[in-house]
Amino acid sequence: MSKFNKTSLLGISYLDAEEIKYILNLAKKIKNAQMQRKNLRHLLQNRIMVNLFFENSTRTCMSFETAAKKLGMDVISFQASTSSLAKGETILDTAKTIEALGPDLLTIRHSYSGICDELKKQLKIPVINAGDGWHEHPSQALLDIFTVGEVKPSYENLKVVIVGDITHSRVARSNIWGFQKLGAEVTVFGPPTLIPKGIEQMGVKVANSLQEALKDKDVVMVLRIQRERQEKGYFPSKREYANLYGINKDNFAYAKRDAILLHPGPVNYGVEVAHEMANHPRFLVNTQVSNGVFVRMALIYLLLGGELKDVVA
Amino acid sequence: MLLLKSGWVVCPSSNLNEKLDILIDDQGKISALAPQLEVDGAEVFNAEGLTVVPGLIDLHTHLREPGGEAQETIKTGTRAAAAGGYTTVACMGNTNPKLDNPLVIRYLQQRIKEDALVNVFIYGCITKGQEGKELTEMASLLAEGVVGFSDDGRSVASNAVMRRAMLYGRQFDALFSLHCEDEEICKGGAANDGYAATVLGIPGMPAIGEELIVARDLLLAEETGVRVHIAHLSTAGSVRLVREAKKRGVRVTAEVCPHHICLTEDAIMGYNTMAKVNPPLRTQADIDSIIAGLQDGTIDAIATDHAPHTSIDKAKDFVHAPFGISGLETAFSLAYTALVKTNCLTLPALITKMSLNPAKILGLKNKGRIALGADGDLTLIDLNKETIINPDNFESKGKNSPFAGKSVVGFPVVTIVGGKIIMKYDSTLDQRQFYK
Repeated sequence: MSKFNKTSLLGISYLDAEEIKYILNLAKKIKNAQMQRKNLRHLLQNRIMVNLFFENSTRTCMSFETAAKKLGMDVISFQASTSSLAKGETILDTAKTIEALGPDLLTIRHSYSGICDELKKQLKIPVINAGDGWHEHPSQALLDIFTVGEVKPSYENLKVVIVGDITHSRVARSNIWGFQKLGAEVTVFGPPTLIPKGIEQMGVKVANSLQEALKDKDVVMVLRIQRERQEKGYFPSKREYANLYGINKDNFAYAKRDAILLHPGPVNYGVEVAHEMANHPRFLVNTQVSNGVFVRMALIYLLLGGELKDVVA
Repeated sequence: MLLLKSGWVVCPSSNLNEKLDILIDDQGKISALAPQLEVDGAEVFNAEGLTVVPGLIDLHTHLREPGGEAQETIKTGTRAAAAGGYTTVACMGNTNPKLDNPLVIRYLQQRIKEDALVNVFIYGCITKGQEGKELTEMASLLAEGVVGFSDDGRSVASNAVMRRAMLYGRQFDALFSLHCEDEEICKGGAANDGYAATVLGIPGMPAIGEELIVARDLLLAEETGVRVHIAHLSTAGSVRLVREAKKRGVRVTAEVCPHHICLTEDAIMGYNTMAKVNPPLRTQADIDSIIAGLQDGTIDAIATDHAPHTSIDKAKDFVHAPFGISGLETAFSLAYTALVKTNCLTLPALITKMSLNPAKILGLKNKGRIALGADGDLTLIDLNKETIINPDNFESKGKNSPFAGKSVVGFPVVTIVGGKIIMKYDSTLDQRQFYK
């Protein structure tokens, strides 16, 4: 593949393995260049990116903003609560108005599944899905996959498990598609009330116990559990959740000796991950955050017509 | 007087499946049936090559009046009905205001007199405001002419209220058409709880959410002895529950919609809001059970659940777009193509489900059959005509159909209500004419 042809990223399910690898390869070059303190601001100078976030997010919004600025872009970040949406404007109206202002790229975060697919039908501007409802969070999956690629020799036949609230997780869906497209084997595990029906048809296995879930895995990905789920009765208490589904030193030992632990953050220590894991050398939560910037730089650059060969590292 | 010449007459009630002339008198009743009729002074329509069936009857229509005139009116909805070969529809009460008091029913009866092109019967609400709390004045509603009771769009969530409604309604031998959905289990749901919803990240509505209420309502019907009709059943489990209840002698009938026969949950892929409907599209296994249920008589009727919506509303994101399919104009073609062309049902069996049984369920003794003295409500169908469904050509205001582009066979070309041709399709112009 010599050039990345897509101008929008709505989800990992819409990419093929070649495209994913192309993004990861560029992210690798960008990371190297950044480590050598090379300035990449000339790449997208004078371009404008708008972050259109209808859902609270500090991390993802800042990561996109940092990535764009490191490429020389100007960034406008827009929070829905302070917008004219309160006056009854629809999401489409807002997106079209912003498009008419003439930015080069739009990232969208919204609580509605499929909203980026819908908006993209009506917009000409490149769009990145920065998380839509329970559907997809493709840039998160790309940074997770990138992080795994730094420490594992190959994705082929890699054993990955995702533990937690699968039903409400766009991170889980994007990672399931991404890892499987690259040849990895994905298992999911969590409270039976939070495993969605038909998930096996996505190609994953559903484990029956934490031990079975973790056994012989190369990658253990833990999802953040929302307090709201307990209030709605999906599980009885944080304590019981931690007992049955929380990752601690003892059960992490079921995984392979060199297994890594990932989390999209922010971590609820004492619930899905035990406090004792906070400084575990194979818990890569901070590496994920750093890599997120490089992966998003690669993504933004490619969607705006850039090529792998443009970055020298 | 209207004389239909040389049509192929199919009437499951009179066991007709032969070429006959039909005379409808000035009172709109069928007054003669014979191989060759000559009548002085009658308007003659040559039905050679067409199949003549008792006018189709829809047990489940949303005409949206009053309050939802942007979506449909009595005028447009009954035109859509006529275009689809329906001579009678029964409309649901989830309007604004709801059809829950005698004043609104009287008003609607007036509007029907003014604007309706086909016969329209009305379901009154079971509970005031469809809130599931207080019973409506059933006797007063019946006095204004309602044909049955339904809180369609919702279930009566409270077991106690539903039981009291049935106990109370039993004294009138009232018909209850029941929308079966456990509102807690299905809360927030937008599609079948299955693979498609899981991939799209959409909250699911599990089959059990329907079946729990079907089971409850069947048990309550068994206890109270009331007549219940299970509206738009969609799951294999519901078919089984109705079958078992019928065996026990429960007074139950059931309907299914064409979309629950023709489409699976896969139709929602790509966030296709046209395929968002309640109950949701299910799986192939459910379709197989539904077809078996149609064959063995567990499912008595095919009804449209015609639910027109504006394109603006259907353009919302999937979770917030409204449920519903505009179904009157595609029902016969879809059902004929999916069931008769595939040899799942015979044509008389299909007409039984789309005319005779609906008439029986609504207690319309003179409809649903072609016989001396019966109402002159007839549908003439070109069974060989193949069409491609194009919602832009719908008479209904609701262009919301997941069947756009689908090729179907069997096309209603003339609709006759009370001996009067109200819809005629002109094949040379590819256009319909309506006559009120």
